[in-house]
Amino acid sequence: MLIDWNNFTPWTALAGGALIGVASAIFVLFNGRIAGITGILGGLLRPKLRDIGWRLAFIIGLIAAPFTWLLFAPLPAIQIDASNTLLAVAGLIVGIGTRYGSGCTSGHGVCGISRLSPRSIIATVAFMTTGVITVYVVRHLLGA
Amino acid sequence: MKNHISNTAALTFSLLSGLIFGLGLILAGMANPAKVLAFLDIVGLWDPSLGLVMAGAIGIGLIAFAIAKRRKLSYLGFSIQLPTNRVIDKRLVLGSMAFGIGWGLVGICPAPAFVLLGVGSSKGIIFVIAMVIGMGIYELLESCAKSSNK
Repeated sequence: MLIDWNNFTPWTALAGGALIGVASAIFVLFNGRIAGITGILGGLLRPKLRDIGWRLAFIIGLIAAPFTWLLFAPLPAIQIDASNTLLAVAGLIVGIGTRYGSGCTSGHGVCGISRLSPRSIIATVAFMTTGVITVYVVRHLLGA
Repeated sequence: MKNHISNTAALTFSLLSGLIFGLGLILAGMANPAKVLAFLDIVGLWDPSLGLVMAGAIGIGLIAFAIAKRRKLSYLGFSIQLPTNRVIDKRLVLGSMAFGIGWGLVGICPAPAFVLLGVGSSKGIIFVIAMVIGMGIYELLESCAKSSNK
């Protein structure tokens, strides 16, 4: 294992993570809900009228984040190497997988582990493992 | 006790949570798919940053959820709804494993996908549309499974 010291950004990673934690804290302590994007978005596909507002508001907040960031600083580099076809395939798999698994990196990885939920710990280990294996296969076996 | 969070204060806190969450993703580097893939590439040149993102988020989260677990009502008076399902089944494990494959293919998970949408990245838009279709397919499969069980 070789650590990429040039791209390792420990302080912004910790600070950004803390902000994510603060957002999840606000959401559960004020609105009483889990800040899990899978659940928030998935609930919009089974709409209950009174639930639509807060779900949309959270997602609009996410979409507005880069605009808000731009008021203070230029956006950091964003690099997507995947082709459009691969993005569409991956998006489909992520959509189906997260709903069957009842969560993603936010709901299981952040909120679930913070609740010490065994389900979320297992889900996080599962998606981290297949994520690592997938990158290994794509980059090192297929050499893409 | 209010079960439905629909007043102005609730909507404001939802918007604020989403916004702070998104700013955290950008600051942390999670909105950059190349950096996410560099974290998952433990065999290549490994960028451990995202481990610290998780540590930072969970550090705050542990305190927040310890408080939330002791309360029935939120500070705005809504019922605190924490997941009650404790069953570890195939759906959970296989679904999460599938999610990891999609995540590993492109380096995008659901929350950063919406930040990329906000950036106006056409690739982000394609991913979000496909992800929502994927969730729609799940709903269809679920309603088929339910009706065949009747």
